Amino acid sequence: MDVRLRVDWIRCDGYGLCGDLLPELIDLDDWRYPIVRPGPVDAGLVHDAQRAVDCCPMKALVLESVDAGRRTT
Amino acid sequence: MISNQTERLLAGPRLDGEPERLDAHLARLGPLPHGDENRDLIASLEASGLLGRGGAGFPVGRKWRALAERRSGSAVVVANGAEGEPASFKDRTLMSHRPHLVVDGAILAAEAVGADEIVFYVGKEHESAVEAVRRAIGERRSELPLRTRLVQAPIGYVAGEASAAVHYVNNGDARPTTTPPRVSERGVGGRPTLVQNVESLAYAALIARLGERWYRSAGRSDSRGTALVTLTGPIQEQGVREIELGTTIGEIATEAGARIDRTQAVVLGGYFGTWAPARDAWDLPLDPAVMRSAGLTFGCGIVGLLPGDVCGVSATAQIMGFLAKESAGQCGPCLYGLRALGDATARVAVGGAGTGELEHIERWTSQIGGRGACHHPDGAVQLMASALNVFGDEFREHARTGRCSITGSRIEAA
Repeated sequence: MDVRLRVDWIRCDGYGLCGDLLPELIDLDDWRYPIVRPGPVDAGLVHDAQRAVDCCPMKALVLESVDAGRRTT
Repeated sequence: MISNQTERLLAGPRLDGEPERLDAHLARLGPLPHGDENRDLIASLEASGLLGRGGAGFPVGRKWRALAERRSGSAVVVANGAEGEPASFKDRTLMSHRPHLVVDGAILAAEAVGADEIVFYVGKEHESAVEAVRRAIGERRSELPLRTRLVQAPIGYVAGEASAAVHYVNNGDARPTTTPPRVSERGVGGRPTLVQNVESLAYAALIARLGERWYRSAGRSDSRGTALVTLTGPIQEQGVREIELGTTIGEIATEAGARIDRTQAVVLGGYFGTWAPARDAWDLPLDPAVMRSAGLTFGCGIVGLLPGDVCGVSATAQIMGFLAKESAGQCGPCLYGLRALGDATARVAVGGAGTGELEHIERWTSQIGGRGACHHPDGAVQLMASALNVFGDEFREHARTGRCSITGSRIEAA
């Protein structure tokens, strides 16, 4: 099953650990908030992605199925 | 002259600040069909092609059907008249003058989706609209669910966003919430909720009476029907009008007294919208589908004219400053990013920036979109990106020389 990274933007406080731990998929902006590469996470990176999720102090980074509910307008 | 046949929501007595009373409304339009008479209303709305008029333009029929086909539980309808967009006047004009059309639409929506509660969510700064809706609710008690409330939306740009509206009704906090869950799944009181703009509801009330073919009989191209638009700028007749979809921007602008040779650019869709050069926009039809394919937005129907002697960089700086201030402040990219963008644009506008500032602006503009709980930052950077396109030369001139070529002088003196 394909998974992707999603940020809960209200929770995220810009610690930026995710970008430090997973530079392959996450850039940080000028305020250390994540810029996540869109699309499914490569199988070889799922373990690292899970570690980034686990290390988020705000529990703001989520690894979810790509067909999880999308937000509406 | 725009034909009076395009006046549908605004047909009837002159817009003189007085709300139409129930007896006049019924004498003009006849009774609202109820219950079995509306069995096919959702199909009729789908066939009408009516799009939501709050800004996002989602098809109304499809939205109602999705909610009506939920598995269980009674739902809630929120009639959204927050209208926090400062350049838009159409919702408050509609509510102030034709409140019973809005109430009609809310009643129909509640019946169609199986809701036993209606919340009229009206911007508190729109005082005459609040009073008109309050009185209309009072006149319709026997038709409305027992659980009907008027909630005054706090002043604020994002207060009308669907999840913010639900959040405010629930907790008194008009900030958007993280989705999922969508408000259609868990909204007011945790129940499935239909949040629908008041103009969309009012059109539903006319479609229920007159049918989808009537609605589709207006319109000049593929997008059928009519819409309320707000025209602003240096013109004699500011304000709201109802147009046949496909009417060109030049037509409504000219009729209001504007001239293409004195108009530099047009902002479409609102502060959440896009800039277009006047020469490109003049013959553009106000048609959501055509506009989308041209990379523009119909949004909530704002057409703002920028005269030739006003600097587009300064106008953009003003809008960006406003949008930054109106961030709910919950999400970092929106809070910090929009503030940085607004400040940098303001520095460029007053000639106090170097060329490096433009690189910052371009980078932030490309980074912020899609990174928030709601679409506020997305709309803001869309406007910014269009400003860089349309006023790019002027941005560079400001940054390079510290002078404005529009006013022809040092900017501080302008």
